[in-house]
This record gives sequence, structure tokens and C-alpha cells, in this order.
Amino acid sequence: MAFQPVKFYQTGTFTVGNRLLAPEERSVQADMARINSLNSGHRACQGCGEALGARYAIDAAMRSTGNRLIAANATGCLEVFSTPYPETSWQIPWIHSVFGNAAAVATGIAAALKVKGHAEVRVVAQGGDGGTTDIGFGCLSGMFERNDDVLYICYDNEAYMNTGVQRSSATPPGARTATTMAVGPQPGNCFGQGKDLPRIAMAHGIPYVATATVADLRDLEYKVARAMSFHGARYLHILVPCPVGWGHGSHETIRIARLARETGLFPVFEAEDGEVTGVSKIRKPVPVEEYLRPQKRFAHLFGRPPRIDIIAGLQEIADRNIRRYGLLDSTD
Amino acid sequence: MLDQMEGSRAVAEAVALCRPQVICAYPISPQTHIVEALGEMVKSGRLGGCEFINVESEFAAMSVAIGACAAGARAYTATASQGLLFMVEALYNAAGLGLPIVMTVANRAIGAPINIWNDHGDAMSQRDCGWIQLFAETNQEALDLHIQAFRLAEELSVPVMVCMDGFILTHAFERVDIPEARQVDAYLPAYEPRQVLDVHEPVSIGAMVGPEAFMEVRYLAHAKQMMALERIPEYALGFREIFGRDAGGLVRGYRSEDAEIVVVALGSVLGTIKDVIDELREAGIRAGVLGICCFRPWPMEAVREALRDARCVVVLEKSLAVGIGGIVATNVRTALAGFAVAVHAVIAGLGGRAITRSSLAAMVRAGVDGSLPALGFLDLDRAVVERALERERRTRRSGPIAENVLRDIGVVAARIA
Repeated sequence: MAFQPVKFYQTGTFTVGNRLLAPEERSVQADMARINSLNSGHRACQGCGEALGARYAIDAAMRSTGNRLIAANATGCLEVFSTPYPETSWQIPWIHSVFGNAAAVATGIAAALKVKGHAEVRVVAQGGDGGTTDIGFGCLSGMFERNDDVLYICYDNEAYMNTGVQRSSATPPGARTATTMAVGPQPGNCFGQGKDLPRIAMAHGIPYVATATVADLRDLEYKVARAMSFHGARYLHILVPCPVGWGHGSHETIRIARLARETGLFPVFEAEDGEVTGVSKIRKPVPVEEYLRPQKRFAHLFGRPPRIDIIAGLQEIADRNIRRYGLLDSTD
Repeated sequence: MLDQMEGSRAVAEAVALCRPQVICAYPISPQTHIVEALGEMVKSGRLGGCEFINVESEFAAMSVAIGACAAGARAYTATASQGLLFMVEALYNAAGLGLPIVMTVANRAIGAPINIWNDHGDAMSQRDCGWIQLFAETNQEALDLHIQAFRLAEELSVPVMVCMDGFILTHAFERVDIPEARQVDAYLPAYEPRQVLDVHEPVSIGAMVGPEAFMEVRYLAHAKQMMALERIPEYALGFREIFGRDAGGLVRGYRSEDAEIVVVALGSVLGTIKDVIDELREAGIRAGVLGICCFRPWPMEAVREALRDARCVVVLEKSLAVGIGGIVATNVRTALAGFAVAVHAVIAGLGGRAITRSSLAAMVRAGVDGSLPALGFLDLDRAVVERALERERRTRRSGPIAENVLRDIGVVAARIA
């Protein structure tokens, strides 16, 4: 892995910040001159993981491109809360067309830039998990397959939050949504469905695929910078907890995202040309219960009696991820 | 330069002369030859400064065109039939964003039942999506309309569909006059987008607009379309000055000034109708034709002026609005509101059904003698539909209509109980 993660364990806190780092190692977000691509004043909910993820990712991409970046946005929370007419939070050229075509719109922008001789200007497309794994999947796969010069960023909050928390193909098994109700013999979303989009992206053989969470800013920024060092189609899948849809405290967004990684439920890795080249190791795997219990979308698993079968099924998924990606940190 | 070529090739030559910068290609008959020809021009280097993108669907084709156009490139694509329907969401979006994309629609029927042949059902289904719709009568006009379309689109910041009859025009080899590059350059200025995705002047395009302004935005879209009613005749005049021939305009009459009965139609069938009109004139019937070149925006005044003095108007429609009948006829009746002109809709040529001179002549004669119904169907096999309807009256049964008809005709009789 080209990126050497900085370990802060000696401080006993997760929030030591940048003061222990050399200036060149400090995060984009710590930079007073950061562009603030998604400016304050937008209408995201308190504790919104997507707003955080989008600002982290786009600011990092702006640094990588010397502020020469254009974004195409799918319909969804990010689009709605950032651009209520006549206001906009975007400090970069930005376009929203429809729900399912962000990748194709980005392809068109990239083609226009190429033909007009603006090769230095780069293009990102972004959307939520619904706009990416479901309705935008055709356009996304087409963009991958043609290897168009676009970085696609999926902000994955595991359901259609903008329309009121309905299941998407990124909703995890067992999770309650408005369309996977917590009733009946198999409450919540069922097992054996859904799409693993990072692996589908890898199967296209595109130059770069990575996952990240909003819990690890430095890793997220590194992956954006790494992605921008390639030309061609790139895919970044960022886990962004949603306090409203997931039913956790708005102050717990970062902690929940971290637990998703530390349980193994959300493997954090990067891949080049379809091969995994690096993973974020888990120092000590956390049982999935610790991740599930603070979220109301899983509350039905902890009733009377608890659904230990479903919890065990989720633990199996986490264990399989740990095996598949070699997530255990054997050096410690 | 005069040359003999397929209609699709002629359109490709015209589009290439307009120097498009992004072309999105997705195959669907009968449009495919156009993008094939353009792809060859780009790949061989004959059409420089252009990206040719093989997309994965028509929805993507329009979406790529949207992105390209918003980033300041002249964008073109072509489609037909199901493909036009598959890009509908993006069609409305391109119009709503005011992106001057030009698209050829090689008119073809819409399924089910699937049918690859010509009618206007595809374009008519999108008459209200905010695109300007121009209908070509000949291959030469299809070629010429594309050059006018780019100018019109970019002047008004409205996308334009150039509709040409699938197969009848797209696949017909005819003599066409291909303009010189310098003529097109003199006629069509470079694309200067009003708003563009530019890192030096960042803008947000496609924001959410609520009840406080949505009405106004929609009104402005309508107002811009109505401005096209003035521009289109101007650009047709300007076209004649440079290219030396007539093409486009709103409507075109043929022997209609003193006509007591006027047939209204769009597209290639106008040629056949003109022949019939000549025959009827020789037989002493004062008949004429009005060709609609610009269907959207609807040239209300021009249609009214052309038809108000007729006794009877027969609108020959290559599309059927199920549940009411004729779409064009409904528009014509709106234009003639308050005038004592009988307007008949005659649905004809659906799914490629041949429209013959004898049937057209009989239709006009029926119009003259007053026996034409308000809604007619040219050469409909009444026996087949009556038998199908009778069967359905006898037995309550759901299922595809086509198979019932096929059973009746006997094509698959052996396999249907």
C-alpha cells in the first residue's frame, strides 16, 4: 500500500488532530486555505455523513487538481440540500441533470473538456447509493467500461434517504427501512441480495477503485488524491452514516462509521486494475453487535427474544470480509 | 456538390459540416446508419475536433450530450422509436436546462407490438417535452434542416429534433446537394454558450426550483419556443440566400391557395399527396396540401392563415393518440377555432403500412362529398378488427391484441388454441 497510515494510538484518543504531523502531512480539511467546495449554510440534517464525505472528497480533489474540477451530481439528498433555488453551496462548477445519469453527464463533460483542449480540468460524478447502485448503475457501468476520464464517488448511506429511507441494493441484510419493514418472520432486509459495487467496479478492470469512510479523514483524502493521479474511470465508495435513516445520534456519525470498518462489515481497501493493492487493517475486530446496537434500524434484532440468527448472519458477512481482504492486522 | 447517396449518409454529411464536438452513438433502426457514417468520419480523421462516444443506452446518449453541451461543446445524437422513449427523462431535462442539442429522430413506430417501420408515434409522443420539432419532407430537406437546427438551437438555447421518416427517407438513395463547408460556416456561427461549466466562473446548473419560481421557469421555456416561430422563417430565408434553395420554414402550401379541400400532413408522405392533388386537380377537384415542417412550436397563425378559407381540411396522421384519435388534427382544430372549416383526422401508415395514391384519392373524394368521418383510418382491415372485437365480446379474456389478430389471419394459427 503506497499510503502509510498514521497511527495515533499512543495518545489514547481518536481526535489528536494535526499538531503531531509535519505540515505537508496535514489533512486538506486542516488547511485554513481549503476551498470549502460544499460551503456552509446548506440544508443537510444535523450529523449528515454525506455532507461531510462530500466536502472531504471534493476539497481533496480540488487540492489534487489545483482547483480545476467540475462535478456532475445525481438527484438525491446531496443535490437537494446543497442547491435549493436560488441558493447553492457549491463553490465549484456543478451540474445536476437527473437521478440515474450522473456518470453519463460526467462522460459528456470530460469529452467536451478534451475536445476543447482543457485536459487539465478534471471531472467527478457523485451520487448516493440509490443513484449509484440502482438507477444509475447502467450509466455507471458504461462509463467504467469505456474507461472515461471520470472519478465517480458514491456516498453510501445504505438506503434512499431523500425519499424517506427506502431499501436500495446497498441496504444491508437485517436493516429496517420503509420498504423492508421490521415485521414478519424475517424482519428487515433479507439476506442474499444487494450489490457489492466496489467489487463490480473492480471487475470492469478500471485503473482505481477504493472504499473509505468518513471516520478516517486522512485515508479518505489519500484515496481521492490517489484516484486523481490516474486517468480513466475511477470509483470511490464512501460509507456515510445517516443519523435519520439509521437511527443513531447525530453526534455518533463518525463513531458508527468507524465501527462499520472495525467490525469488518465495511471493508476499507483500494484496488488498481482490478487487483486489491491495499487494505485498512483492523487492529482488533469488534463484534457486529457493537455496530448494530446503537442503530434503530437494527433495533428489532435486540428485542425479546433477540434475533441472534440474524446477528450471526451479519457476523458471518463481517468475518467473510475479514478473510477475503485480509483485514486482520497481524503486525500488532 | 450533387451526389447520389442514402438519406442517412446525407444527414451525416450535414451534421459533419456543422462541426459537432461530441457525438453520442447508440444503435437503433432506422437511425443507425447516420451515427455509423459519423463514426467513420471521426475515426478516419475527416471530422476533426470531435469525440465519438459509443454509449450503452439512449438514456446515456442524451445524458452524455447534456454533459457535453453544458461544458460548452456542440453535441449531436440520433435515435428512433423505443430509443426516443428510453431517453425521455433526459429529453425533458435537456430542454429544461436550455441545452441546444440537435438530434435526428428517424421516425419509427412504438411497440408493442414491436415494429421497426415508419410512423410518427415516437416524435408525437414527445411533442410537449420542450424540444423544437422539425419534420423533413425529402432527404435534401433532412440534410438542410440539420444545418438550420444547430443555428436555431444555439440562438434560442433550445434543443431541436429533426424528424425524418425511417426507411422511407433514411434508407432511400437519392440525389442530394451537399453544401460547401464555407457555406455552412457562413451560415452557422460558433457555439457560444450563455452558461457553461467553467472552473474560472463556477456556476451551479440544475438546482431545485420550488413553487415560488417553477411557473416562471416553465413560462420562459414556452416563451422561448414561441420565439422560434419568428426565427424559423428568418433562418429559412437566410438559408436560401447562402445555399440557394428553400428548406424549412413553418408550413408550406402546395396548390392550397384556392383549394376547397386541403390535406395537412408531415414528412415524406407529402410527396405522394402532391401527386394525388395534381391528379385530382386535373379531375376538377380544387384540392391542395399544407405541409407542416415545424410541429413544435405549433405555428398556430401560419396554419390558420393557410386553412381558414378552405371548406374542408383532412389531417393525414402517421400516429394515433389512443383514446382520442389524431394529435395533429387536434392542433389544427385549435388553430381553426371560430372558423367554419370541417377538420377530419385520418390515421394512416401506422407501422409502415403503405399509403397509396388510390387510397389518398378516395380519402379526398370522400372529404369532398361529405362522407369522411371526423376520425378515419386509412386502409384499415375492418374485417380483421371486427372479428377480433367479436371474439372479445364473446369471451372475457386478457392478453396481447396482436396475437389475437395473428390468430385471425392464421399466421400462427397452428400454435394458438
